[in-house]
Amino acid sequence: MTPEPLNREQMAWRAAQDLREGDYVNLGIGIPTLAASYVPPGREVIFHSENGILGMGPKPAPGKEDPYMVDAGKNLTTLVAGGCFVHHADAFLMIRGGHLDVSLLGAFEVSETGDLANWTTEDPAFPPGVGGAMDLAVGARAIRVIMEHTSKKGEPRILKACTYPLTAAGCVKRIYTNLAVIDVTPQGLIVLELIPGMTLEKLQELTEPRLQLSPDWKVLAPPAAPKARAA
Amino acid sequence: MIDKQVKTTAEAVAGVRDGSTVLVAGFGAVGVADNLLEALHEQGARELTIVANNSGNGDYGLARLISSGRVRKVICSFPRSGDYSAFLNAYRAKSLELELLPQGTISERMRCHAAGLGGFFSPVSAGTKLGEGKETREIDGRLHVFEKPLKGDVALIKANKADRWGNLSYIKSARNFNPVMAMAADLTVVEVDQMVELGEMDPEAVVTPSIFVDRVVVVGASA
Repeated sequence: MTPEPLNREQMAWRAAQDLREGDYVNLGIGIPTLAASYVPPGREVIFHSENGILGMGPKPAPGKEDPYMVDAGKNLTTLVAGGCFVHHADAFLMIRGGHLDVSLLGAFEVSETGDLANWTTEDPAFPPGVGGAMDLAVGARAIRVIMEHTSKKGEPRILKACTYPLTAAGCVKRIYTNLAVIDVTPQGLIVLELIPGMTLEKLQELTEPRLQLSPDWKVLAPPAAPKARAA
Repeated sequence: MIDKQVKTTAEAVAGVRDGSTVLVAGFGAVGVADNLLEALHEQGARELTIVANNSGNGDYGLARLISSGRVRKVICSFPRSGDYSAFLNAYRAKSLELELLPQGTISERMRCHAAGLGGFFSPVSAGTKLGEGKETREIDGRLHVFEKPLKGDVALIKANKADRWGNLSYIKSARNFNPVMAMAADLTVVEVDQMVELGEMDPEAVVTPSIFVDRVVVVGASA
């Protein structure tokens, strides 16, 4: 059986399952943003957006769009009941000051010691952009990364040492890929979950540093089409 | 009687000198004082240093200032946002300088100036390429970099409502950088959707108090 990698929605769904009731959570742009739609029903998680929204909701229903409501990626969003607005310096005080429980971020590369590279590929044709990535990497209590396991060329993105400039050293605690869930620990990279048909040996071929399989490992099998929360 | 309202955007940006540092509030296209940016283009100041989160959008406002060669330097966190072709062309032609800063560092450096402080140590960017060349200090076992205050000569602010004293309120996420930039410049100029009578704004809902505001102009509603 050829393992079928997870799609973006399934990766976001998996990351969302680990968010706890009462967590204050910042979602990076890209796949992490999708996680807001897949928090289990009945569980209250409060989403923070760097541009000054605390209590951000899902994307607006058709006809309910509000041009004054944008998320970190400048997509239209909504406010939930209980939500409020703050100005930028306070939004980053919340980030830098350790007030967020979790930040879900995208990444180009993660190292075996949890170094994160997600702000520049040093492409000389384009200016770099850091946005809030360094603030989040340093400030949130738990940094979890959602990313494709390999590059478009099939090369590992979980490396012994990052090749791109770092966003922050040693900050990543958990990695959700399209193939596995992996924890970054002082003992090394521990594989917690594998998609159906994936083995540790096959995953190791796609990963530079040594992987260890958790004795309690599970099969990573999200719903084929995770049900998104409505606005 | 105090009245900070001026009649036109031209009056609002009058006197901005060549070489000024201009704080341009907004996040993407939301909460940007595009009418004041257009007026600044008409006014003609050159060699500007722009502090903004992004680097302009389309062919208006900040993008127009950049494409007409008025901008010497952009201090921002994320230039690659929306249609940033005006910035990209100038960046590739090396006709302007980019200083990239973490987003929270930009806002805190401005608040630091507003608060009359001489700078702060931050763990953000310590040990990374963006922290290179900055003074460092280990505080409680963690490496920090020193960040200086950041002052604007002018701030261009977008608010929803103002009264004649210059008290301001905003709409939703259009608040973003506006309050911190309004505090951090020698001359704070505001475009608003509407003026209200003094006393009409709920004092609990005033986000920027009048002490930070110098000029207000009504431009009508826009995002």
